[in-house]
Amino acid sequence: MYRIALQMLMGDRGKYFGIVMGLTFASLIMTQQPAIFLGLMARSYSFISDLPLPDVWVMDEKVQFVDDIKPLQDTELYRVRGVAGVDWAMPLYKGLLKARLANGMFQTCIVVGLDDATLTGGPALMLEGRLEDLRRSDGVIVDTDGAREKLAKPPATPGGKPVPLKVGDTLELNDHRAVVVGIAKVTRTFQSQPVVYTTYSRATRFAPRERKLLSFVLVKAQPGVAPQELTRRIRQATGLAAYTREQFQKITIDYFLKNTGIPINFGISVTLGFIVGAAIAGQTFYNFTQENLRHFGVLKAMGASNGTLLKMILLQAAVVGSIGYGLGVGLTSVFGYAMRHSILAFKFPWQLLLFSGAGITLICMFAALLSIVKVIRLEPAIVFKS
Amino acid sequence: MQEPAVLCRAVAKTYDTGETQVPALRGVDLEVHPGELLMLVGPSGCGKTTLISIIAGILDQDAGSCRVFGRDFLHMNTREKLEYRARNIGFVFQAFNLLPPLTALENVAVPLIINGAARRTALGRAQEILERVGLGERSRSLPAQLSGGQQQRVAIARALVHNPRLVVCDEPTSSLDHETGHKVMELMREIAMAHDRSLVIVTHDPRIFAFADRIARMDDGHIDSVTTNGVP
Repeated sequence: MYRIALQMLMGDRGKYFGIVMGLTFASLIMTQQPAIFLGLMARSYSFISDLPLPDVWVMDEKVQFVDDIKPLQDTELYRVRGVAGVDWAMPLYKGLLKARLANGMFQTCIVVGLDDATLTGGPALMLEGRLEDLRRSDGVIVDTDGAREKLAKPPATPGGKPVPLKVGDTLELNDHRAVVVGIAKVTRTFQSQPVVYTTYSRATRFAPRERKLLSFVLVKAQPGVAPQELTRRIRQATGLAAYTREQFQKITIDYFLKNTGIPINFGISVTLGFIVGAAIAGQTFYNFTQENLRHFGVLKAMGASNGTLLKMILLQAAVVGSIGYGLGVGLTSVFGYAMRHSILAFKFPWQLLLFSGAGITLICMFAALLSIVKVIRLEPAIVFKS
Repeated sequence: MQEPAVLCRAVAKTYDTGETQVPALRGVDLEVHPGELLMLVGPSGCGKTTLISIIAGILDQDAGSCRVFGRDFLHMNTREKLEYRARNIGFVFQAFNLLPPLTALENVAVPLIINGAARRTALGRAQEILERVGLGERSRSLPAQLSGGQQQRVAIARALVHNPRLVVCDEPTSSLDHETGHKVMELMREIAMAHDRSLVIVTHDPRIFAFADRIARMDDGHIDSVTTNGVP
């Protein structure tokens, strides 16, 4: 009977493709939009996740998220280093400085100042040059996306492509000369601003003069000391806020979720995708059943039980659901792959597959339920009506 | 004496349309004997289709009894009713009611599959019966690729494939031209009537009355007369 169910389903090509397309659309929207949303959210904490070395981040207790810099006095570094359980603690500067471009325009950059001695907190992947090159005079390392896009030099000929910044080029950062000594790969930030790495002392020289310039203290826990425990000790000893990497990421995400319209906007997209997909697939599937009602009646008259017909409809729903889901997820994957080098944020974890799978299952169950009710209530005597 | 294939006594059925109640059968008494072809004739709305629906067990009567091979569907639970119907009754419909995406062979095999037969066995048996109705060559054709007469022959093959003891037919020739209708009825008598099988045929078509053993004339929800007919 299952084979007959599939033949009935696929016999009407138009309806079959209609149902599959509806579910594909729903699946696409329910995976692609959340993937972009997750990508954006991941970018909000990319600065934290790109720094795997420190166990604990120390900052002013009023800091709400990673870009909310409330500088500390440099002396706080030594207080942190004095806390029991701290293996090492390094300063980190993070600030927004303006770079003057060759065409006279200004571009805001995220400038990261690393501990002069150890260069702790530097980019993990160097594409050109070496991290140690930062010790050269006025040396800076620029992220590859920034070098190719926002910090690129004007095209050699009018209408041509901008020329990416390369090692040896110079920049003007807040009226200070900076020389590019390396190109690094870093995760794009939320606002997709170029990231410029330099030493802590140079970064504080580039930055406008302020009494406090230390953004974060990066801390490594001694072996055997749990980061959670260390955060408690640092808070107790210094009065500063101290978070593990995961805690700091969560605080940052929570800030964006609570204080921006991003979740609502994406939530609406996903909900609309679900509703439209459910409407198209549900309606088409229902119409399909409605048009096959006489045939279901014939099967019922010949002795097919409601249970058998229910299983046939569930199988039909499962088949179109699986195909639509697969196509939708496939299209999302192709989309993500095609956009991997673009500015578009995209993150597709396995949990998203479960989420969209649950959504498609719901739509299919809804569509099948409408049809099942109709078929179960069907009087087999309908077969004698001409 | 042999038990009747169908024995209806004082069968009544009323349709409730919400605002009004429409009596369809008002105490029908009817017997159909094994090996008999009985035609139910009468004007539209006289209750013919309601009666064969009750005989076939796809509609419950409100009152009276209708025993098919000694058992009343009204006293069976849903599962028993389905199984009894699947094993003992074949259907031929006015509009053929073949499943469009299935080939003639697959359509004919459906009752066997419903009865739990393996697909291969069912298709083998379906091919045999299709050959008997003269459509062995067209077994791979879809219903849309067959003429009306051919479709009805497929429907007859489907009604007989599981060897039911009773076949109910609703206007089997009304969608066919005279010649094709005649051939279909010849086929019914030749193949369907074998093995003491009984046929109840609802028809408006006086051209096929000659094929009946008996003709029951219905009017306004009851049987007016039952006459014996000669077989051509």
